[in-house]
Amino acid sequence: MSVQKKKARAGFFIILPSLAFLGIFVYYFIFLTIRTSTSNWNSFSSLLSGEYEFVGMRNYQRLFMDPRFQTDLWNTLFFTLFFLAGCIILGIFLANIIDKKLKGSSFFQNLFLFPMAISFVVTGTVWGWIFAPGNIPTSPQGINLLLENLGWTNLQWMWYTSTQSIGKFNLALIPVVIAATWQMSGYVMAMYLAGLRAIPEEMIEAAQVDGATGTQLFWRIKMPMLRPITLSAMIVIGHMSLKIFDLIYAMTGSGPNNVTDMPAVYMFEQMFRSNRYAIASAIAIIMLVMVAAVIIPYLYSSFRGER
Amino acid sequence: MAEKTNKTSLTIYYIILALFTIFYVLPFYVTLSTSFKPFEEVSISNMWKLPSKLSFEGFKEAFARLGPNLKNSFYLTIPATLISAIIGSINGFALSKLRFKYSNIVFALILFGMFIPYQSVLFPLIQFFQAIGLYGTIPALIITHVIYGIPITTLMFKNYYEEIPNELVEASSVDGASIWQSYTKILLPISIPGFVVVIIWQFTNIWNEFLFAVTITSDPTKQPITVALVNLAGSQVVQWNVQMAGALIAALPTLIVYIILGRYFVRGLLAGSVKG
Repeated sequence: MSVQKKKARAGFFIILPSLAFLGIFVYYFIFLTIRTSTSNWNSFSSLLSGEYEFVGMRNYQRLFMDPRFQTDLWNTLFFTLFFLAGCIILGIFLANIIDKKLKGSSFFQNLFLFPMAISFVVTGTVWGWIFAPGNIPTSPQGINLLLENLGWTNLQWMWYTSTQSIGKFNLALIPVVIAATWQMSGYVMAMYLAGLRAIPEEMIEAAQVDGATGTQLFWRIKMPMLRPITLSAMIVIGHMSLKIFDLIYAMTGSGPNNVTDMPAVYMFEQMFRSNRYAIASAIAIIMLVMVAAVIIPYLYSSFRGER
Repeated sequence: MAEKTNKTSLTIYYIILALFTIFYVLPFYVTLSTSFKPFEEVSISNMWKLPSKLSFEGFKEAFARLGPNLKNSFYLTIPATLISAIIGSINGFALSKLRFKYSNIVFALILFGMFIPYQSVLFPLIQFFQAIGLYGTIPALIITHVIYGIPITTLMFKNYYEEIPNELVEASSVDGASIWQSYTKILLPISIPGFVVVIIWQFTNIWNEFLFAVTITSDPTKQPITVALVNLAGSQVVQWNVQMAGALIAALPTLIVYIILGRYFVRGLLAGSVKG
């Protein structure tokens, strides 16, 4: 056997245990969850009896007819849109300022990044208090109190306990988006900063010699060069947003009328509070499909590009 | 990039940075100032004020209630981090230096596990731990984090080893070193920066994790600190100084890592976001 072949063989055998573990814990377990999601296991006793009755798509049909789950899907959509927009706009904006290499810019870079080291649970706990509305106007809390101290009482509102909505967009999501953006925008900034620093200096200089203004430089040179970063950021933030759980759980829960409910929160309640394993599994599989719709094309294209 | 910046725009940049500083520091200010307030001062109307005097009551109480969970988090995070880093290193070696047919497809199959919502494996996972009698224990959480950590640690080490020239490993095998020897003698000694990045990443992620923690451990004495912190809010009247002190205690270990090893932390972040 040639050295090359021997090596390839060793490589395969080294990977095999990990592959086997993930085969079971990812792929086989997903299969089991799909199986549960098409079963009648919607109580503890039905699970215990072990009798498996295949009910086809009935649990999924029930979910899509369920107003709470419909709210969840709209919430996911709007949360993802605003969370993505917030992180990307802040990320590009801050990265461009940091990239100017002002005095102390590395301090600001570290500062904007530090929330990333913290758990979503902590973020949710702290921002949950900051955005706690209190009883307005008698005893405002958090931001509302700050607004009162500043004399801006007309800006006070119910924050994440608000049941107002514009179309399908629940305004209560705004404070949650702010907390999530606080946590993740530094990450996106770091990605853009790495991207900006990878742009060859000659390119910028050449454009400047040709008389390009700062704005032109930004839109014509930097932004096109940063497109792959934007894609990466959208994948990272997007897939995180589709399965957001800990932040919501710690900050708001599902909120009045489920204004801040998400599929992951609903899934958790159905699985661990109501013992409706089949419905919970169906929610989990819908979440998986949403994430896979984003991730699989991305993995596919990045591996095709490599070969 | 050296772009010429004039004085007015310089001032504008600093003003913008200062405004954002307020946004990023605000929760930190609220947490710190509240956690050092004595009980009687934590009325709502005092929320935005600094404490009149430093009080450690909140921290004392938070430590009394979260201390055991803090310990659990360490018991859980340290072994899980180390084991998953070692597995990642070995896998990364195989996928970058011992490429086999279809190794890219195998890698993609491994990587997919990084993105899945863990909800989609949660129920079978719990049943599995119940079947082997580990449900509700810290070892069950360690196993969970090691297995679901394989994709990211493999990715990070693969990327790291790909930067190392193949000739280095090939030269050693020409000299008669076995594959195991070229890994332990050649690759491992130059892997330390890679290990630092992966360990920081895994430590932070496992420490901060919540979904597995809350569903796999139901006994409050076995729960990691993230779960205990959320439960603190659910108990009776919320004592905000205790709550904020608890948040600070839960955040401190990863914050310290970030402050001391920030450079590697950033590298880990970027490695975790760039695929292929």
